[in-house]
Amino acid sequence: MSGKPRLTYLNGRGRMEPIRWLLAAAGVEFEEVFLETKEQYDKLIKDGLLLFQQVPLVEIDGMKMVQTRAILSYIAGKYNLYGKDLKERALIDMYVEGISDLMQMILMFPFSPPDAKDKNLDSIKERATNRYFPVFEKVLKQHGQDFLVGNKFSWADVQLIEAILAVEEKIPAVLSGFPQLQAFKTKMSNMPTIKKFLQPGSPRKPPPDAHYVETVLKVFKK
Amino acid sequence: LQFEESFVEKKDDLTKLQKDGSLLFQQLPMVEIDGMKMVQTRAIANYIATKYNLYGKDLKERALIDMYVEGLFDLNELLMPYDYKPADQKEQHFATMMDKAANRYFPAFEKVLKDHGQDFLVGNQLSRADVQLLEVILMAEEFQPDILAKFPLLQRFKARISNIPTIKKFLQPGSQRKPRIREEDVPKVIKIFY
Repeated sequence: MSGKPRLTYLNGRGRMEPIRWLLAAAGVEFEEVFLETKEQYDKLIKDGLLLFQQVPLVEIDGMKMVQTRAILSYIAGKYNLYGKDLKERALIDMYVEGISDLMQMILMFPFSPPDAKDKNLDSIKERATNRYFPVFEKVLKQHGQDFLVGNKFSWADVQLIEAILAVEEKIPAVLSGFPQLQAFKTKMSNMPTIKKFLQPGSPRKPPPDAHYVETVLKVFKK
Repeated sequence: LQFEESFVEKKDDLTKLQKDGSLLFQQLPMVEIDGMKMVQTRAIANYIATKYNLYGKDLKERALIDMYVEGLFDLNELLMPYDYKPADQKEQHFATMMDKAANRYFPAFEKVLKDHGQDFLVGNQLSRADVQLLEVILMAEEFQPDILAKFPLLQRFKARISNIPTIKKFLQPGSQRKPRIREEDVPKVIKIFY
């Protein structure tokens, strides 16, 4: 055991990517085990490693953690990315939950039936542009600080930069009406740990492709 | 903790809240607490749990509570939409949700209780995980009264937690606990949000 957290998931973004982002932003090195077959997955279940028979699984500090939010909360708490008090936590939680709703749409997008893809892409664009990005544009404008909460780098900033980049992959001009978010994107991308994560060869995973979708369907087939 | 409630009954009620900037992401639930207008169910629940010491004593107990609570949210997400499903989807959905309750979620919590032999899920102390588990058990029983037949420890857990004075009071008629939605009210709710 190296002592580093060990992540078990498919070799792709999915529900593990926010965890990779947060660990990387915190400067924490981690190992990865990639699920490629149904047999591997079934074995994890049979061995009793998955509390609710699901991945992501993160082995960290002696715990076999499941449930993405639980894992992210733990990492944020451990590495001081969760605000300085209860009220800052509350803001961070609200922001993170909102962004997570947007990311859920992106997560599900590759699995849309072909005739629903255009409609779903429009929904992502609509929600990003009319519901989520305006909120964060306003937050940054109102306090004029570099970070979303408490003038300090937090989980909320990591989640927002991840979401901005993910939406831009689908809708390149999406930030055109949001100057504060453009500046935020530049600042976050230049923070040393994040800059490193954005370079080739990092644990960051590429956008989902047909092979990834195929693997998901194969591994999790009932 | 005592609380007030404001009910949204028609679309205009929701639109007004959205227009006056009360809803960060245009959505409900919204809870006004300690000078904040909080939205996002989990954010609100996290705040209340921490403030009232229902979130464990340290980071590791929080981690366990969070895992359990997230699993219970997933089960709740299966149970909650049932009453809103069109008639031709109800049977299939019912089978799926009861299967997950009986084969994925309840066995996990039965085992947690069995492994440590304590009265509460985490840290030998009442936490939000216990409250949420009781809530979900009661919801599942509304759909299938004998769902706990194979889970003796959950049966005892249910009885024990239901008898905690604050919870016992909430389970009595006249409390703010809400009933399951009646079939005739479903169209009204759908109209508010869509």
